[in-house]
Amino acid sequence: MKKEEVNFGKRRDFNLTMIPGKFAKSMRTCVIWQFIRFLAINLKMLVVVSKSH
Amino acid sequence: MARLVVLGGGVSGHTTATFARKWLGSEHEVVVVTPNAKWNWIPSNIWVGVGQMSKEEVTFDLDRVYSNAGITYKQAKAVSINPEGKENSDKPFITMEHTSKADSGKIEELEYDYLVNATGPKLNFGATPGLGVGSELGSHTVSVCTADHAVHASHELKKCIEKMKKGEKQKFLIGTGHGMCTCQGAAFEYIFNIEHELNKAGVRDMAEMKWISNESFLGDFGMGGLHMKVGGYVVSSKLFAESLYAERDIEWLIGAHVNKVEKGKIEYELLDGTVGEETFDFSMLIPPFAGVGLKAYNKAGEDITDVIFAPNGFMKVDAKYDAGAYENWKASDWPKTYQNPTYKNMFAAGIAFAPPHLISKPMMNPNGKPINPTPPRTGMPSGIIGKAVAHSVCDLMTKGESNTKLHEASMADMGAACVASAGKGILNGTAAAMTVYPVVPDFEKYPGTGRDTEYTFGEIGLAGHWIKHILHHLFIWKAKLKPGWTLIPE
Repeated sequence: MKKEEVNFGKRRDFNLTMIPGKFAKSMRTCVIWQFIRFLAINLKMLVVVSKSH
Repeated sequence: MARLVVLGGGVSGHTTATFARKWLGSEHEVVVVTPNAKWNWIPSNIWVGVGQMSKEEVTFDLDRVYSNAGITYKQAKAVSINPEGKENSDKPFITMEHTSKADSGKIEELEYDYLVNATGPKLNFGATPGLGVGSELGSHTVSVCTADHAVHASHELKKCIEKMKKGEKQKFLIGTGHGMCTCQGAAFEYIFNIEHELNKAGVRDMAEMKWISNESFLGDFGMGGLHMKVGGYVVSSKLFAESLYAERDIEWLIGAHVNKVEKGKIEYELLDGTVGEETFDFSMLIPPFAGVGLKAYNKAGEDITDVIFAPNGFMKVDAKYDAGAYENWKASDWPKTYQNPTYKNMFAAGIAFAPPHLISKPMMNPNGKPINPTPPRTGMPSGIIGKAVAHSVCDLMTKGESNTKLHEASMADMGAACVASAGKGILNGTAAAMTVYPVVPDFEKYPGTGRDTEYTFGEIGLAGHWIKHILHHLFIWKAKLKPGWTLIPE
């Protein structure tokens, strides 16, 4: 069984949601990809801040 | 010369006082009345609560900052407001009780021309038997609401980790300690940080972890949930939150009102009316918030507290308090200027203003117990409201009432950014970075989800984690009024 599939069997609630797989998890800590996302998130946050003032 | 008195030195009060000081000439006085000697960057209390930061890293002394800025600082707790003055004077004033070591218990009256109530909340631990007494935390659970609470929480967590290392299983119960709590986000972040620390210590398999909250669904966050852009989809925060818990093997119990807390045990009732018990070895339960209990008196000395304050103790402002049933609620019910409708020289900012109603759908169980999150007003909204109020008050003081158009900062036109970390390391922590726009959904403007899905998004990863670190340093820099502080947004 794949690692991400283990928790689905533990509880009914868990079985009805989504759990990230190996690729999605690796992207969360991939420094290059996260640096790109860092710029994107900051940009979006700045827009939200400017729209809020 | 006119005097502005700001009650409270938290995010909102500090923002109001510091901007007012910057914008007002030296002929006007700005006074901050706060019972605390230190300013606290509360979002980082989470890291203090897991032993990853010290109290000193999230707090600093207010007196030096205020003295350098030219703000008069009174370390005292406001007790009452007399907005009409007293028998022999029309000048409004507040009464305060000093809390510094030197003047503890001393009562002083302070006249004002303009008053901003930014006291923040009373941490109402006493609302749940066993959770605490009044605003004092009890001995059965821990808290991360203050830096001192967080230090205590980290010591208790360390003890549990030691026990697990010796082979003793531990049960963790984290969430909200009452059916009317807000601030689910803080507990949400804390449980993920604990889980991260347990993994780091190699004892995760010895821990049973459970989330308990008054939300009717996971991811409500007191905002009725939200729909956000994730990976090209528009996703309900329910799915987003459930996924985070399932991935980490954290069970959840929702729609819960905690009736009683005892040593190692809570009793609760759910939205469907069923009752139950949960045991724990370590528990952090957020208390409900209430107003700080300020009283108000008219010129004749008669109690007019109910004229100025809502029954929950928060100050009435320009909100629509008679909106009625949930079906009638509108974004326009929410206040814009935060001016008290009775006394125009009084404003409330941050948590201290009385919201017109909930944001989440009101819920009550068959036993008649309301179980629903109350609206969040912390963080970014608190700062933005504080700045708008400072702008209005400064204009009133310098241009006069007839030449002033009050500045507006409705939570229905305002977004919020929230970063919930899991861990603290630069390369091994992750965070759920979320923005929501607007905080209060506006179904007339955004008929689909009530919010702009271009600017309501969520993402998990290192990027959010870096942002959390940057925000910690930026906001402490800003609060210390270091060079360029005005360039850092609220």
